[in-house]
Amino acid sequence: MHEVLGTTTDGDLVINVGPQHPATHGVLHLVITLHGETIRKVDPHLGYIHRSIEKMCESLTYRQFIYVTSRMDYLSAHINNHACALCVEKGLQVEVPARAQYIRVLMDELTRIASHELWWGAMAMDLGAFTPFFHAFRERENINDIMEETCGARLTMNYMVPGGVMADIHPNFQKRVKSFIQLFRSKFDEYNEMVTGNIIFQNRMKGVGYLSAEDAISYGCTGPTARGSGVSCDVRKIMPYELYNQVQFDEILETGGDSFARYMVRLREMNESINIIEQVIDNIPEGDYQAKTKAVLKLPKGEFYTRVETARGELGVYIVSEGGTTPYRIKFRSPGFSNLSALDHMARGSKIGDLVAMMGTLDLVIPDIDR
Amino acid sequence: MQQPVSKGQSFPGQVHELPGGGIVLSKLDDVINWARSNSLWPLTFATSCCGIEMMATASAKYDFSRFGFEVARASPRQADVIIIAGTIVNKMAPVLKRLYDQMADPKYVIAMGACAISGGPFFYNTYSVVKGADHIIPVDVYVAGCPPRPEALLHALITLQDKIKQGLTREQIKTGIP
Repeated sequence: MHEVLGTTTDGDLVINVGPQHPATHGVLHLVITLHGETIRKVDPHLGYIHRSIEKMCESLTYRQFIYVTSRMDYLSAHINNHACALCVEKGLQVEVPARAQYIRVLMDELTRIASHELWWGAMAMDLGAFTPFFHAFRERENINDIMEETCGARLTMNYMVPGGVMADIHPNFQKRVKSFIQLFRSKFDEYNEMVTGNIIFQNRMKGVGYLSAEDAISYGCTGPTARGSGVSCDVRKIMPYELYNQVQFDEILETGGDSFARYMVRLREMNESINIIEQVIDNIPEGDYQAKTKAVLKLPKGEFYTRVETARGELGVYIVSEGGTTPYRIKFRSPGFSNLSALDHMARGSKIGDLVAMMGTLDLVIPDIDR
Repeated sequence: MQQPVSKGQSFPGQVHELPGGGIVLSKLDDVINWARSNSLWPLTFATSCCGIEMMATASAKYDFSRFGFEVARASPRQADVIIIAGTIVNKMAPVLKRLYDQMADPKYVIAMGACAISGGPFFYNTYSVVKGADHIIPVDVYVAGCPPRPEALLHALITLQDKIKQGLTREQIKTGIP
């Protein structure tokens, strides 16, 4: 265990946060240099959940490796699977049936809501409020039930396969999604009442963890983290895949650049995802849910790259193929890694008490960073 | 003859009714184990996916506080049971050992999910993953699944309670010799 503790030559205090710490949302290890209460430097240490997913993918076939990616960013499991399926389809040049595209978009957006709800509850818990956690999970369980009915799993679904989706949707799917939309709409105001409007919460979030648009770009931040600084980077808009060029939705942008702006982006994104689901849910076309593909997939020699928008930002999948049944190399460009790199810049000069709020709004999933 | 506390029995002991009240006869050990089993504070130790299901178990729908687990502690010094929710990799292994050492006796361990049991359904042949948390610390209850459902974790927690109420060690239960 790499551990640093003590004082620097300037008399600054060096402390460790993590790897076992409730605010790091997993096993992130931060070595923080403090001058009194002021943060001089934040040094993230990674690798406490490095499972060598990329290396393992090299020995798995193009059908098998998708299952591992559910465990990467488990809160956006569908979207991870989606990115990999898209990349394999790009190599195979398979046309995905319209029904599968609709189902995929629905699942992606449901996942995004579930992920943001968990983030909302966990972030309020970081700041010391325990009640929002229960409210967030109350709605999230409904999404889990919908997923379970159709995909057979609550969390790591592995539902999207090259060529479409693994199975057709459950007969109850549309009915349950619609009742979820109603439920969510009726509860959404509660979220604002309970947390957003709270004066203590606002004081802890506003003006904290400022990240300018230039810095967000130069650190490679994506997703709500960058959009909170006014950087337009939604892959669904700038490089639409599946249905996203056919549905009407807004890219959520805030210009504050502070923790509160990032918070508002995620909160408004939940509503926007509901809008997308409402447009799609009644129009699922009849037809196949999966394209006809060979039992053993072989990608032609070459390099393939796809990008999708997960709940945390842009996920890129890069496959190098030598023409065989397994990839020669797979690289995942995970959003969490780049977003974390901005933490040091954000935190310098602010108080240690604000660090938790900053990390909360980055919405880090550590297995996504370490892989 | 020692009567092991059976499942579903609320309080270990016999009530002897007397005019105007009664007397409860019990063994101190049984009472201690009964009290201990109903107030287990878990450590918030989550490394990966299973942690989300652990959070779901703590949330309103499944609510493990019904069984006395509600006080999730962030410090190992205040925790009784460590739920290993997620993969343990080589870099994390010494940390897990230290957390276990920091916990005060009596302490219990639940290995949640395939990764904590055996290195996982996918990660069993990678260079960085510990093939089961029981290589590092002794495990009392194993929960299968990837990730296990919240009901499975609840069942594991109740199993652990039963085990504590028995007051026997793992080997004693296995061999049937008290």
